[in-house]
Amino acid sequence: MSNEMSEIEELVSELLDGKHRALAKAITYIENNRPGYRKLVSELHQHTGNADVIGITGSPGAGKSTLVDKMANVYRDRGETVGVIAIDPSSPFSGGAVLGDRIRMASTVGDMDVFFRSMSARGTLGGLSTATTDAVKALDAFGKDKIIVETVGAGQNEVDIVKTADTVAVLVPPASGDDIQMLKAGILEIADIFVVNKADLDGADMTVKELREMIHMRNSGPSPASGHHGADALVDTEVDFPGDTDSDWETPIVETVAKKGEGIDEFLETIQQHVDWLAESGEGTRQARQRYAAEIQRLIREDVAKLVERDLKAAGGLDAKVEEVMAKESDPYTVTDELLAAIRNPAQPANTE
Amino acid sequence: MSVEDQQMKIRCLVAKVGLDGHDRGAHVIARAFRDAGFEVIYSGLHNAPEEIVQATVQEDVDVLGISILSGAHNELVPDIIEGIKEYDAYEDTLIVVGGIIPEEDEEFLYENGVDGIFGPGTPLEETITFIEENVKRDE
Repeated sequence: MSNEMSEIEELVSELLDGKHRALAKAITYIENNRPGYRKLVSELHQHTGNADVIGITGSPGAGKSTLVDKMANVYRDRGETVGVIAIDPSSPFSGGAVLGDRIRMASTVGDMDVFFRSMSARGTLGGLSTATTDAVKALDAFGKDKIIVETVGAGQNEVDIVKTADTVAVLVPPASGDDIQMLKAGILEIADIFVVNKADLDGADMTVKELREMIHMRNSGPSPASGHHGADALVDTEVDFPGDTDSDWETPIVETVAKKGEGIDEFLETIQQHVDWLAESGEGTRQARQRYAAEIQRLIREDVAKLVERDLKAAGGLDAKVEEVMAKESDPYTVTDELLAAIRNPAQPANTE
Repeated sequence: MSVEDQQMKIRCLVAKVGLDGHDRGAHVIARAFRDAGFEVIYSGLHNAPEEIVQATVQEDVDVLGISILSGAHNELVPDIIEGIKEYDAYEDTLIVVGGIIPEEDEEFLYENGVDGIFGPGTPLEETITFIEENVKRDE
């Protein structure tokens, strides 16, 4: 154990010294949940808070990777360092995955000051938002100026991932009635900036118009985002969406042609405006508080779930408990009480008098 | 508190180096690796050696698979391995080469740090088994 701890300490000091290999290994620790990774992330925490974290999401083929490549290129031209985490869904059949976002990173080839890391879902999407949060911390502590989190915007889990960012940009390809529909289902609320990419294609004007109407409707309507609910209430209750009622950030729409590098400067300028607004309005601090609250709640929930699972296994597994309930020897409340007794009162485990 | 459950996966970079534009083999390999449960990072065509070094270090892969058909392997592969060593990533990266490698070049490549060479016609299972058995883990 002590060996493991000194290994972590060495890794932390190498990472803070700017050793690329240490940063890469730290993220592997995080991804693998390797013993000691919690200590690692804890050590890194005090060194974080200096990076702008930008989330990029949108449907497959919207041009996320190409846009990220151009963004990184411009930031590098300005002398800023960049970290990118690109998240791809896992292949559900074998647990393997092919991660291809790296292919698009053509503008910054061989430049070690662009740290690009691919992550897969590994079949457990819930844990991925934890891993993403922690990987962002590693990049932040390393000293990256800009950190970009790129993910397919397909559902609530991806929404959770992208919420680790200070500024969230949602990419919308033109003439995509379907995509606007998808946006209505939850992605809209998380956007701090809309990017209509491939703006040179037919239908781009229409898409901009539709988005503008939607933003207008949201601003004048009875805040549709506030009624968020669901099974994950423990996590989500405290988490407001940026762009909610008490903020005065009006979601801008930026048009880009990422492939040709058009509109990139304007997009980065808009991101900067949002970053400034976060700082000046106090909204950034408020959101940071909420993020930490959500993070703590999520960790508690995950840990408790794991501990209970362990106790459940030790008590013969869920099936055995179900049989007891079926045979009327026990009931669901009693089973739950028994299993949670150890957590509720650790000094007196359930089986002692 | 055993709340830190490990989830290990073999991470593998499949890279095409140099000027040849034939990536069919690399695609087949990438898919086979994925089906074997590996996490595959595919970096596309025409990678420069420093690009492969960058990807190998940053992605912290367990395996680097280089596909090369152009005949320039004796220059490009040692360049890549040299770069990986510079970043201290050589010790725990298994390096395998696929493509057209004449027999007389194999010894040179092995001497320069390649762990396995798999020519045309190698059954996919053979490559996968080699990787599973030889992957260099820290512990």
